[in-house]
Amino acid sequence: MQNTFGNVLQTQWDWRAAGNFMFGGSGGALILMAAIASWPGTPNLVIGLAALAFVGLGLFLVWLEIGRPWRFLHVFFHPQTSWMTREASVSVLLFAATFTGVLMQAPTLLAAAGLLGFLFLYCQGRILRASKGIPAWREPAVAPLIMSTGLAEGAAILSILLIFSGAGQMWLLYLLMGLLAWRLVSWNHYRQRLAANNAPPAALKILEGINRPQVILGNALPLLLLATVIVWPDLLQPLALLACILATASGWLMKFTIITRAAKVQGYALGKLQKGRPTIKPPVRREKDRFVFDRD
Amino acid sequence: MTRYVMIADLNRCVGCQTCTAACRHTNATPPGVQWRKVLDVEWGDFPDVQRLFMPVGCQHCADPPCMHVCPSTATAQREDGIVTIDYDLCIGCSYCTVACPYQARYKVDRPEFAYGDLPTENEAKRFDERTLGVAQKCTFCSDRVDAGVEQGLTPGIDPEATPGCVNACIADALSFGDIEDENSNVSELLAENTWFQMHAELGTEPGFYYLWDADDKRQGTERVNIDVQDTQE
Repeated sequence: MQNTFGNVLQTQWDWRAAGNFMFGGSGGALILMAAIASWPGTPNLVIGLAALAFVGLGLFLVWLEIGRPWRFLHVFFHPQTSWMTREASVSVLLFAATFTGVLMQAPTLLAAAGLLGFLFLYCQGRILRASKGIPAWREPAVAPLIMSTGLAEGAAILSILLIFSGAGQMWLLYLLMGLLAWRLVSWNHYRQRLAANNAPPAALKILEGINRPQVILGNALPLLLLATVIVWPDLLQPLALLACILATASGWLMKFTIITRAAKVQGYALGKLQKGRPTIKPPVRREKDRFVFDRD
Repeated sequence: MTRYVMIADLNRCVGCQTCTAACRHTNATPPGVQWRKVLDVEWGDFPDVQRLFMPVGCQHCADPPCMHVCPSTATAQREDGIVTIDYDLCIGCSYCTVACPYQARYKVDRPEFAYGDLPTENEAKRFDERTLGVAQKCTFCSDRVDAGVEQGLTPGIDPEATPGCVNACIADALSFGDIEDENSNVSELLAENTWFQMHAELGTEPGFYYLWDADDKRQGTERVNIDVQDTQE
């Protein structure tokens, strides 16, 4: 991005959009984790509803942000290429499968819901990656970062719910440790790729600013606490709870920062000079994708 | 086939912002919304300082990321390459805005006018409530282009069929035309001059070309400390 200028902060997607990535991502992963944890049975109603509440809160926040909220159904019109349409479509199926699965205590439906929760999370990663105007979002490494942190948050929230209900599971803590390690690797990789691809220095500085709390408080300390719990299981309640809260909060902080503070725009630039009549690339057009109202 | 593009000659542009004013008058855009604006770009260290003026706006990309991400299909592309927004379909999610590498899109949630609550005569005449709460951007004055073509006029040559900013340019820095036509004004300009596209490396294939003098030191890639002043913001 040499010679670019005007890398101002985008302001179109604010805390409300960030809220969808924070709560929606956690909720989608929570459903997946709950489905895995309860298989071949079904999770209890509270966990299922909690997961839906997270996803619903995220979508509600996005709804608050759009300029024409009563046209929200139009969000489903472009599944061919829009990851936002895909995310919305998955969310509908996710709600239906989770709600029905929990009410009917149907493991198969909940397994499908878990898969849909995973897809929802994947869509979120791809939404950011498709945002070509924001270097900190379009970096391909953002997708695994969003996935890893969402899964870690989902495992952490499920652990919190299970610990509170007196049914904490050690294997879930092992899984959480693995996910935290993956998130740590993804975070470092993401920042390295941004720097290598000449992302706006201001964006790198913002991310650098949260790096230490992210690494130490968000990943290393939870890992240490969880390792302690494995050695001394009697300390499960206080230490695992603290670890899970730190893991969740740091994930939310990271996503909030990436969406609202590190989102410097591409900026303008003087390009590489060329001579001669250019090779013309025809417009892509996608008229077949177009949803057209019959206005007559 | 026809593919409309715009050319800005950076060697000619004097930064007078007449194109900006003409666009705002033609489209009655509210304060802060400039479908066509001109950047004041400076770089270098004293005394070796350089400056140029750079018109920017929607680049009407051949492969527009805004169109791909749009969940409602409000953003589309015409056969002639002009990227459009259907105000009746758009939900105002701004996904297109963050997908656009050219900062070309705006969203205004409530009516705003240049001089307070009451619109000027022109603003009142051209106010379109459908533009509230949805994405908006340069249209290449497609209504003028279409009306002109219907009358048998040539966009880029006949003013009645040409975007307002191009008509208004006092330095003849802006040109508009069909790049598919090898003999068109824009094809000839590109064939005879050195040029660049902004952020071509992103694969968007912009329909906006910048002519720039290749014979002075500005062409080097060692430009440092580029400073930009958006005089309208």
